[in-house]
Formats: sequence, C-alpha cells, structure tokens
Amino acid sequence: MPLETPPLRGLHDEYGAKFTEFGGWDMPVEFDSIREEHEAVREGVGIFDVSHMGQIHVTGPDATTLMNRLTTNDVGRLEVGDSQYAAITDEEGIVLDDTIVYRLPDHQEQPTYLFVPNAGNDEWTHERWVEHKNEWGLEATVDNRTDEYAMFALQGPEAVSLAADVAEAGLSDRRRFESGHTTVAGVECLAARTGYTGEDGFEFLVPWDAAETVWSAVDCQPCGLGARDTLRIEAGLLLAGQDFDPEDDPRTPYEAGIGFVVSLETEFVGRDALERVDAEGVEERLVGIQLIDRGVPRHGYDVTNADGRVIGTVTSGTMSPTLGKPIGFAYVPVEYAEPGTTLRVVVRGQSKKARVETIPFIETV
Amino acid sequence: MSFDVPEDRRYLESHEWALETESTVRVGISEFAQDELGDVVFVEFPEVGQGVTGEEAFGVVESIKAVSDLYAPVSGEVVAVNDDLHDAPELVNDDPFGDGWMIEIDPDDGSELEGLLSAEEYEAQIV
Repeated sequence: MPLETPPLRGLHDEYGAKFTEFGGWDMPVEFDSIREEHEAVREGVGIFDVSHMGQIHVTGPDATTLMNRLTTNDVGRLEVGDSQYAAITDEEGIVLDDTIVYRLPDHQEQPTYLFVPNAGNDEWTHERWVEHKNEWGLEATVDNRTDEYAMFALQGPEAVSLAADVAEAGLSDRRRFESGHTTVAGVECLAARTGYTGEDGFEFLVPWDAAETVWSAVDCQPCGLGARDTLRIEAGLLLAGQDFDPEDDPRTPYEAGIGFVVSLETEFVGRDALERVDAEGVEERLVGIQLIDRGVPRHGYDVTNADGRVIGTVTSGTMSPTLGKPIGFAYVPVEYAEPGTTLRVVVRGQSKKARVETIPFIETV
Repeated sequence: MSFDVPEDRRYLESHEWALETESTVRVGISEFAQDELGDVVFVEFPEVGQGVTGEEAFGVVESIKAVSDLYAPVSGEVVAVNDDLHDAPELVNDDPFGDGWMIEIDPDDGSELEGLLSAEEYEAQIV
C-alpha cells in the first residue's frame, strides 16, 4: 500500500529531513537532530508537522449523544471552545485508541465536534461512528476530514508568545484545552491550546492547500517524530499501538494509567466492563521505569523481578535527552508498581537493573 | 549531502571503518553511518582481551531512535577500547573518524584488511 504523504513532504525533503513510515504516513522523523529539536521544545519553541493525525467531524442534533456513547469521557461537559482527552473503548473496556474531542462552534445551530484519532485510525473510527449512529438511529453527520487538514503543533515555553505573534486572534488568553478559530498569514485555521510534549503551546488545524503558507509564517526549529517521541515519553504520555494495542497488548484505561478519562456517569461502549474493573481493581498497570545500569529500554524488552522471573514488558523507552537517563514505560503486576521498586530489564540477553519511577518524568504544564 | 570518506582506511558494507596502525586495527563507524543513526546515546563493545571475528557482530551502537549492530572488520583480540564513549557517546557523532573510534584489534591475520572495501568503493556505496 502506498504511503500517505503530508502536504509539506516536498518542503521537508528540501530542508534535508529524514523520513519514516508511521501509521501509514511518510512523516519527517528528524529535521536536524533529535537532541537539538528536543531541547528547542523544552527550552524555547519548536514546530511539528503532525498532519498524519486524523480528523473526524461530527455534527447534528444527536452529535453529543453519539460522541458521548463512543468515547469514555463526559462530552456533555464541553462548552463551545472546550476540548478533552478521551479513550475509545470496546465492549470489554479495551482501549482502541485515544483522542482529543473538540467542541466546535455550532454548525447550523447543531452541536458540532471534531475528534483527532491517531495516525491510521481515521478510517475505522469514521466507520465505527457511522455504524453506531445508524444502529442507534441517531441523527448526525460524520465526516472523515483527515485529507482536508494539515496539523501543526507549536510547542515549548515560548510557543504561546510566538503563536500570539503570528496569529490574529488573542491566543495567549486561551486556557489549556481551549480552541477556536484564528488567522495565520491570512489563512483561517483552528488553534487549540493542546499538545503532546508536556509543554505549553498550540495545535493548528490548517486547510491542506494552505499548509505551506502557515508553516512558513512560523519561524522556529522544525521538529520530527523522533523528538515528539522523546518529549512525550518524558511527559508520561501514551502512544497508541505501542503503550496499548487492542490486538497485541489489550489494556483498559485503568491499566494504562488514564482512568481519569473514564466518566462512569455517562453511557458509553465499554462502560459496564470498566465499572467492574474500577470496582475490582487492576492486576497490572503502566509504570515509569528508569534503568540504573547502562543501556536503553526499548519496546518489547522483558521486565523481570529480582529473581529473573518475567513479570512484564517495556512498551516505550528512550534515552531521555532532558534527564540524560534511560527511561521508559512498562506494564507490571500492581505489587511491583510502587515507585522505588527495583526491577530488571532484559537488554539483548543481559539483565539490567531498573527502578520504578513516577510519571511524568519531568514537570509538565 | 556528501560525507567524508578518508582514504587512509578501509570500510565494511555495514559502515564500519578499519584503520591500520603500527600493530593494531582501529575500528569505528563512518560519518554516513552516524548521520543515519542520529544522536548516539550508548555504545556497547567487548572488554580488552576478548576475541572478535571478522564480519561478525562485536557490539552495538544505539542512537535515540535506533539500535544497530557493529561488525568486526577483522578477526583478532581486542587490545584497546574507547572508554570515553561511555560518558560521551556523542563523540561518535562529532568525530566519527577520530575521537569517536570504538575498539582496537590485534589482528590474527594482517592481510584480512585487504579484502575490505577501499574508500572509493565505499563512497560509491553510500552515494
């Protein structure tokens, strides 16, 4: 299957970026160096092309009900301009994807939402919404607009002031998770004070054809998916398909450490299963780990207890550019989940000492 | 982008270089290889006194985004390792042909080097 290409593939290539396949998209992984890009975002500001993220638009008299029934959080709490993090779960409460749900201004006086599934998950989420809408007889229109929008994330302690400089609406007054329209270099876009780095900043949804105009109007360090990964691991943020995967590593939101997105007061697919999990507690959960011995934890490495018995698996890992330490996430039985617990990670056949850490690993906004 | 390929040494297809010194063969990775890997954060190689086998993996170099095996250009005994890389693995990026060297081998057979790629042959491979 040919890879999807973001609108600025050619521009990034001219810059000299390196590319990688991610979720079916050919995306820039590194513009200069992961370390430089990472530092720019932690200490100043950087911009990411995240046009691989999906965009599903939902509007109509029953849009709120449909969104509420298919995501775990309480969509009814969202006023126009609000957004929230949520999980999409199946009947068993297994996380199929995580997403941000944005309440847009009403369209033709009907409640209207945009949600952003992960790369490669736009088609099946779109189908899921359409099927359930029909099954439940709800009145709503569901559009997959992934190919209509580029998405850029401007992130870092200086991101908000830079965003305010280039955009025409008063962006710096927006609250975290607040979104609304703005204009950048004459291009109307949606700007939300969200991100995936642990830093402050904005994510811009930009019409596909105007992507270059907006990208070029923002003068700061371009950053690839490599830095996005090291930043989100430090910030304790999950990556779909890696830290949870309905096929290879099925997890409930409680196991994945995102129980805060589950609103049991609402009716949604997976609610009853999750109510039981909430009552009974989980057997395993996601923890932060740091290697004490030299080495780097990576996805799929075994985690053992002190006796060498395999008790879990590393789901994400890297050498943290900010801390200079090898860090990651792993699922372990709850009796090993207490911060400070000594574990071992098997790196190429060698058992390396590790310790359970609280996540996030750094201070986040 | 063009990469430096010094002519004073030989190369493996897997991007290691081998520089003959008076009595040893010094080993590292090429400028092209470090650029492909990106920021190097960890290097693992054998201790002095251990044996390595030509064209077999002797260690690992890890960047933030990738793990890559290191292949020995010749068979022999490891007589020196670059301990500086434990605390400063970024030397592999900053100076791949110099301070970023990895190990020195006392070769079993000095002529083994001749079977490796010349600078010209290696350069043709990475263009």
